[in-house]
Amino acid sequence: MTDLVQIKNLVVSYPIMGGLLGRKVGEIRAVNDVSFSIRRGEVLGLVGESGCGKSTLGKALIRLIEPASGEILFDGINLSNLESNELRIMRRRFQIIFQDPYSSLNPRMRIGNILSEPFIIHKLCPSNKVKDSVMELLKIVGLRPESFQKYPHEFSGGQRQRIGIARALAVRPEFIVADEPVSALDVSIQSQILNLLKQLQGEFSLTYLFVSHDLNVVRYLCDRIVVMYLGKVMEVLDRSQLRDPNFKMHPYTEALLSSAPRKHPDEKRDRIQLKGDIPSPANPPSGCVFNPRCREADRECTETIPPLREFRAKDHQVACLKRSEPANS
Amino acid sequence: MLLKVENLVTSFSTPRGPIRAVDNVSFEVDAGQTLGLVGESGCGKTVTALSIIRLIQEPPGKIESGRILLNGEDILGYSPAKLRSIRGGRISMIFQEPMTSLNPVFTVGDQIMEAILLHQRVSSLEARKRCLEIMDLVGIPDVSERIDYYPHQMSGGLRQRVMIAMALSCQPEVLIADEPTTALDVTIQSQILELIKDLQKKMGMAVLIITHDFGVIAEMADQVAVMYAGKIVEKANVREIFDRPAHPYTVGLQRSIPSFVNPGEPLYTIPGIVPDLLNLPKGCRFSDRCEFKESDCIVTDPELLAVGGSRTHRVSCYHPRLSK
Repeated sequence: MTDLVQIKNLVVSYPIMGGLLGRKVGEIRAVNDVSFSIRRGEVLGLVGESGCGKSTLGKALIRLIEPASGEILFDGINLSNLESNELRIMRRRFQIIFQDPYSSLNPRMRIGNILSEPFIIHKLCPSNKVKDSVMELLKIVGLRPESFQKYPHEFSGGQRQRIGIARALAVRPEFIVADEPVSALDVSIQSQILNLLKQLQGEFSLTYLFVSHDLNVVRYLCDRIVVMYLGKVMEVLDRSQLRDPNFKMHPYTEALLSSAPRKHPDEKRDRIQLKGDIPSPANPPSGCVFNPRCREADRECTETIPPLREFRAKDHQVACLKRSEPANS
Repeated sequence: MLLKVENLVTSFSTPRGPIRAVDNVSFEVDAGQTLGLVGESGCGKTVTALSIIRLIQEPPGKIESGRILLNGEDILGYSPAKLRSIRGGRISMIFQEPMTSLNPVFTVGDQIMEAILLHQRVSSLEARKRCLEIMDLVGIPDVSERIDYYPHQMSGGLRQRVMIAMALSCQPEVLIADEPTTALDVTIQSQILELIKDLQKKMGMAVLIITHDFGVIAEMADQVAVMYAGKIVEKANVREIFDRPAHPYTVGLQRSIPSFVNPGEPLYTIPGIVPDLLNLPKGCRFSDRCEFKESDCIVTDPELLAVGGSRTHRVSCYHPRLSK
């Protein structure tokens, strides 16, 4: 598989304003020197706990947030230095689905108008054909034709997420960033949306970046997984590796997996209880950012920043000083 | 039996007519035991909890009928003053969103001490001492400093610990935990669940845990009640609920969870959406979404009856699934 998206040394920072005059007094590096690539046709999961920078990264990737430095190559084209009109044309090729379908739809617009906008803005079809195209979209995502005339508040959460998906799909993109698309939904609705995303992927040969805090969802849906912590990539691995109980992973991934609730009351589990909270990204720990909560950390870990490098298997990269054997072949 | 809820009915008046958010719900929890109440949003699980500690706003809400027995005594008949001595004392509750349930203009110490001073005859100096003890017990670091923190100075996990400290400050007999970890990250969730279990062991209280997450049920519960559209549709001990779920709704819910399915296999989806409580289907209220519906299902609402020859397992379904 070829790479559709390549991210190189990406940094995204937010200013910290303070003092009497509200001047910039510091900055938070929400995404700190991150590199990885997304292969054409795959679902890449991006997991981590709140505040790890995963949503920021997802948005920076399609330049909804401006990165401070680094490169984003989309199909070989460097997005970081595109002018706004060039970027708008490129946006036909990548779209985003947001977490909260309640706040990402304009409450004063009818669904028909919301879904017509992409066709009009990107001049995808003659104006007399727009309605037909919207109707077709509604059918693809499993909404009734009457929805055209309705307002967002007339829909349930799951239906609203279908509208969000339809809007992203309108321009027939190659790549979709799905930012926690099922986190706000009930279990029975979550499964409907996950099935729809999977089905659309096959139908329209889509590539997804699936941002989520839920390891179970990611483990189910994604081909490969990137684990983030405090703005850094800790590990990149594929699904079979993640599901293998004997596979040696990053200590943080191990802890995340062991914290997820059991599937059955009789399931035995060696729980790695992480102590304390995630440190503030405004003042990250020195060395490895995970060291204060890591049970394997020693002095070296507080001094040296571990590089992300191959560990034991192909397609497996870990940023940990305690995981340092390259793949054999 | 420490806490016994019998035939509880709680209704709300709405502009379109009255709805029964909790419809004839019965269950019991003994000291040291945990009952998990599981269901999706709007099924009435939170209203059940709020009815027990009488935090239902009247009007529009109203507890229509039923009994809530604490050690055999019906607390539904209590006067507001007498009730106040129980609420936060013998029965207390932790809520889902610790940020909105804590008062932002008082320090966490003030808020924990308020509960202690209200329910126990102690001096404020003694209350502060107990407050420090309980904060320490729930695992808050540097208590002597944190006691004077405001809620916004603490992380979500620590705030939930403060809520737990407040709930446990008077050594309740019953602890109601309404989605206590839903707003938290997994690593913090596992800390908090572990803490509740640990404190239950130490203090021997009965715990009623409300959740939409079968994972939390597997971690915590001894007994489980599954709610759907205001009713309990299945009751069983925790192993039965996982090994032999009988109600099609329970089966469907479990099969729609990604961790129960292998990658590549599609997830099961329950067709349709939760019914409007003003416009429930005739007969069984799950019948319009049920793939095993037969003609008798749309005539009368099934009762909660024993199933599978077990003393603990009950289901409200004419055609229970016990094949698994």
